[in-house]
Amino acid sequence: MEQHVPHSHRFWLYGLTALTLLFLIAPTFIVVPMSFSSSRSLIFPPPGWSLQWYENFFTRPQWQDATFVSLRVSFLTMLCATPIGVAAAYGLHVGRFRLNGTIYGALISPLMVPVILISIGLYFVYAQLGMVNTTLGLVLADTMIAVPFVLVTVSAGLKTYDMNQEMVARSLGAHRLWAFLTVTLPQIRYSVISGALLAFIVAFDEVIIAMLISGGEGATLTKRMFSSLRDEVDPTIAAISTLLLILTTVPPLILHYLANRKKTP
Amino acid sequence: MTATALHFRDDVNAQGLAADQRAERRGLFALCSPGLLLVLLLLLIPVGWLFTLSAIDGDGALTTENYTRIWTEGAYVNIFIVTFKISALVTLICVAIGYPLAYCLSQIPQKWAGILMLGVLVPFWTSLLVRTYAWLVLLQRRGIVNSFLMDIGAITAPLPLVNNMTGVIIGMVHVMLPFLVLPLYASMRSIDTGYLRAAANLGASPTRAFWQIFFPLSMPGLVAGLILTFVLCLGFYITPAVLGGGKVQMIAQRVEASVSLYPTWGPAAALGVVLLVLTSVFLLLSRWALSRLNAKLG
Repeated sequence: MEQHVPHSHRFWLYGLTALTLLFLIAPTFIVVPMSFSSSRSLIFPPPGWSLQWYENFFTRPQWQDATFVSLRVSFLTMLCATPIGVAAAYGLHVGRFRLNGTIYGALISPLMVPVILISIGLYFVYAQLGMVNTTLGLVLADTMIAVPFVLVTVSAGLKTYDMNQEMVARSLGAHRLWAFLTVTLPQIRYSVISGALLAFIVAFDEVIIAMLISGGEGATLTKRMFSSLRDEVDPTIAAISTLLLILTTVPPLILHYLANRKKTP
Repeated sequence: MTATALHFRDDVNAQGLAADQRAERRGLFALCSPGLLLVLLLLLIPVGWLFTLSAIDGDGALTTENYTRIWTEGAYVNIFIVTFKISALVTLICVAIGYPLAYCLSQIPQKWAGILMLGVLVPFWTSLLVRTYAWLVLLQRRGIVNSFLMDIGAITAPLPLVNNMTGVIIGMVHVMLPFLVLPLYASMRSIDTGYLRAAANLGASPTRAFWQIFFPLSMPGLVAGLILTFVLCLGFYITPAVLGGGKVQMIAQRVEASVSLYPTWGPAAALGVVLLVLTSVFLLLSRWALSRLNAKLG
């Protein structure tokens, strides 16, 4: 864009932006040095270095079990939410129903209703059905929360895709599903992968639903972290946080890079 | 072939096409149905249950008692005041620091903006618990913020930054800022810079061009981000629960506490219903405001 104000007049704006970005970025990375601290208390900089908190995390059964529960639930959620979200995005994009807005609104409504209300309502319903503390219950709930993310991402991808390409494939005799899988899907792959990744992260990061409807052996990692944060602050959390930080930022960063590289050849 | 026969064939064709179209529509709608079913079973029914619980007493008879309790008991009124105060403050702070950030990002070359945007996206992707923990580490009595301020001599005793309202607000601003900046940035990027150049050519100072052209054009993005932030704040649970140290109670925490601690589901359900109604009202209000704004801007 053409600059109509000289940079020198904008130093205050650049300074402010730098400060705000620092505020956004810096706090999160503080957990990395904390996770290598030799001390139990949260002194910074740490008085000495040690790997004890990682050892704690990787050897204590309570943390291991919780990690496996979380990984399993998130993976299953991703497997359910991605096809549901992609199907809905495609249906809405091609169908252009009179009620398009309403259907879209209904599908993303789990984002609008405060999660605490969803969890409490679900707790009541699951209690009647004997589904409290089951993997199925958790996966279904997380899928509902994750579908909007897939829907929004894939809808955006479909908007920039030229549907005529699929039409051509179909007019040449390809079955609709085949045309979608071989022509459309490869071209919107970045949105679909982003959506799937978001679904995984959303499910992995979900706390409030897990807090109410999971427990004991079936407790997720975030539920255990949350209780630990509320009751006593254990530096193992710093080690887990560091690992989570890597898990939740590195794949999206790679994807962001790949998708942008494609856009600007 | 006679004209009537041709007509007849057209009719049959049209009917066939219409039937095909209906079948296709049914098929496309079927693609949306798994998602809709999920929302119906796991959102509508549970939340409907909450509505029912809020409106009946112990014997299952209809009552408004739970709602009157919310308005008459000081503790509940206080929770509403605290929730609104925190949400409004967080939203205002987010606007104050988010607007310049989004503005700056929208004015620099796209390549640079893309890189700096990661500063907004990375925290957005990062686990909420990780960020809340980080603030706990930073803000505690002997945390980095306090020791830094004491080292430079700005304060002599550690400030109480956590387990109170201050901590909750700082943590919430950090979580909410991306929700404001992302829609705002998108709307600012789409503003036609020709208007600004025209204003400059006609002799407007940059300040005047900003306030009279750019700012009004960025209003739809600002309103969208602002309402989203405010609504998300109203129902927020995790950060206030951890950084408030149990001393700051917002609506969501009160609802949760009622369910897990005491068998007082009626008032809690009523509180939840009020929260949901408030949320919906604000969202509808924002839709109305946005359509008005867009109509005005043409």
